[in-house]
Amino acid sequence: MKKIFVAAILASLAFPLTAQDVQKQIDRYRELLADGNPAELLEMRGEDLWKQKRGPKNASMEACDLGLGAGKVAGVNAVLPRYFADVDRVMDLESRIVHCEVTLQGFTMAELTKRPHSLNQSERQTDHEALTAYVVGQSRGAKVNLPQSHPKERESFLRGEKMFFFKGGPYDFACATCHGVDGQRIRLQDLPNFQKADNAQRAFTTWPAYRVSQGAMRTMQWRLLDCFRQQRLPEMEFLSPASIDLITYMGVKGKDGTMDAPAIKR
Amino acid sequence: MKIKFLPFAAVAFVLFTGGCATMQPGPTAVDTSREVESLARRFPPGAKAPTDAEIVALLKASFKDSPSAKLDRLDQTPLQMACTEASRSGKPLDEKLRDGLQAAALASVKYPADGKYLGDWKRGKAIAQNGRGLQYTDKVGDVAGGNCYACHQIDKKEIAHGNIGPSLTGYGKLRGQTEPIVKYTWARIWNSHSFNACANMPRFGDAGILTEAQIKDVMALLLDPESPVNQ
Repeated sequence: MKKIFVAAILASLAFPLTAQDVQKQIDRYRELLADGNPAELLEMRGEDLWKQKRGPKNASMEACDLGLGAGKVAGVNAVLPRYFADVDRVMDLESRIVHCEVTLQGFTMAELTKRPHSLNQSERQTDHEALTAYVVGQSRGAKVNLPQSHPKERESFLRGEKMFFFKGGPYDFACATCHGVDGQRIRLQDLPNFQKADNAQRAFTTWPAYRVSQGAMRTMQWRLLDCFRQQRLPEMEFLSPASIDLITYMGVKGKDGTMDAPAIKR
Repeated sequence: MKIKFLPFAAVAFVLFTGGCATMQPGPTAVDTSREVESLARRFPPGAKAPTDAEIVALLKASFKDSPSAKLDRLDQTPLQMACTEASRSGKPLDEKLRDGLQAAALASVKYPADGKYLGDWKRGKAIAQNGRGLQYTDKVGDVAGGNCYACHQIDKKEIAHGNIGPSLTGYGKLRGQTEPIVKYTWARIWNSHSFNACANMPRFGDAGILTEAQIKDVMALLLDPESPVNQ
């Protein structure tokens, strides 16, 4: 599919292209992509993993409380990150999945966080990516509504908001540099403006996503890691406090969006 | 910014007026002004506003130090600090502060010692396409690119260009090669904050992203009459 797109672009280079033509071709490419999402296979693998008895405690993940009660998976991604009393802090989906693997199945934090993301398309996707794909897929159609009544939930948002505008590093970039203005693009990639509800909704509800260019499904934690790489900040720690606060910020900004992830992207 | 949350009437106005961002909202007299109401939405009882120092500490705890991208990248320069606040609050910089930052940026510009500003536009073309450099995945000492097309239209034959910066198509043709134009362009690339304190464009010379020779090549891409940019 990617080849078809590249060929179409190359063929059209012989003629002068208007911005509108380019946009049309990008839209067409996206339509083609939406026909079949390889992330669905990963969701199935994740469902098997979720229900399998695994780890030193030989337990399944089915008793995991992801925020809507033990054993409830449907719709959880639309209310995460949120406050969890058992750990007395706000957790995003991926933190909570890892938390349940530790508490229910007896895996160690170190082994779960060592290599959460697969490297490239030649490598099999990790169990973490599969579990995340499954849980996220169970929220399709759910309306985003992160709870913000607990002080720690609100504080997470307020910190995330400050981090969003934080300019740093050798390039002086903040998240807001690219994601705070309407209609901005890096190369041909549209950039959501998180100050606009519809933009924020679309961004929040379509991550995690299968990335065609990488041949892999990427989680929200990966999305942030890779944003910061391009921002020229150091490498973000998996499940770090800053990542959770930024996801809270994006989720609150994306309120009332309808979950449609794992989505498919270029 | 639209945020819809349960309004809590009791909020301490001292949050801002008291100058202490960490102070907890307390049960003070109800003020029905809009400002207080919006503050109430932002700070439900018990929620504290984070200080700038807390944010830096939290960021440092959230990133890994590596030789190619050290944690000191999270220590903000005075300019980064001022521009963070301007962008967050939506209020432009105080004029005096802005002028001072711009003057300091302009003073940082190193013009070529040999007086030659234009290199090879062909090499400049490759630099404009190259998006590598200064990422934690790069090695120390790797040659970086300018990644100009990420934000600018340049050669109009390249359709995969971003739009965060202005189009540079026809840059030299439109402006000519007079000394003020050449020097301005050099300074803009070396440290873009010289003319707009909170400009989005990286400081390609000042931050050591591109070498002097690379900047000369990018200059040629923009200004050389032979460059495809000026066709």
